[in-house]
Amino acid sequence: MRACSRAVALALATLVVGSLCGCAGYASPRPWEKGDLAKPAMQFDTDALDAKLEQHIYTSKEGAAGGSGVGGGGCGCN
Amino acid sequence: MFSRHGPLQAMRCAFPIRSRVMPLVRLVLLVLCCHAAIVSAVGVGETPPHFGLLDGKGDLVSLEHLRGRVVYVDFWASWCGPCRRSFPWMNELQRRYGERGLTIIGVNVDKRRPDADRFLSQVPADFTIVFDAAGVTPSAWGVAGMPSSYLVDAQGKVAAVETGFADERKSAMEARIQKLLDAR
Repeated sequence: MRACSRAVALALATLVVGSLCGCAGYASPRPWEKGDLAKPAMQFDTDALDAKLEQHIYTSKEGAAGGSGVGGGGCGCN
Repeated sequence: MFSRHGPLQAMRCAFPIRSRVMPLVRLVLLVLCCHAAIVSAVGVGETPPHFGLLDGKGDLVSLEHLRGRVVYVDFWASWCGPCRRSFPWMNELQRRYGERGLTIIGVNVDKRRPDADRFLSQVPADFTIVFDAAGVTPSAWGVAGMPSSYLVDAQGKVAAVETGFADERKSAMEARIQKLLDAR
């Protein structure tokens, strides 16, 4: 019981600290860094009007709205 | 049910060291929380962080040099739709209140300068434009969205902060600017 405690402690500590450090690496882009995300090629839908109509139909069929992303180009301004 | 060296045994084995690991875990969590808190936004009544950027001609524009004037700092990017709509309004403001002591500074945050130049050729700006491709200033000011505007009074304190651009807020902002110009 004693023999394994140190090794397990070290392994656990490394695992916990390592995984937590991993969280810090993936910060979401800041509002002024979304230039590439705002490009038309980055949109899920190619046609804005088509997407809007489809969303409208979906919303009415589903009886609930929202959850389909943020308003606007993701710049956090609407 | 479990053998002597089974998973339960290993867990029991690990249990006593929790007291030594926990402070470390708490420290890491604290650091992560601080990481998120570092980007604190500039609030009303505060003196904004240092602002010194180059304009298109390579001249330094700094808020310290503009003390005594009312300054409207607007963070914009070529890819931002509302920014495009805000430019004619800012041109109008600069034209109307420039002589009374208003300076409008548009801070471009595009990573690629040609993008900004193309935007400016389509939507001309009759006010000062500075460039911050590295995003140092928006980071220091804690810009929350694009565009973001900060109204800085003659004493160099932030009088108003606005995120986004909406037509219905234009008149309120203009009234604020007029008030600051009168108080100058």
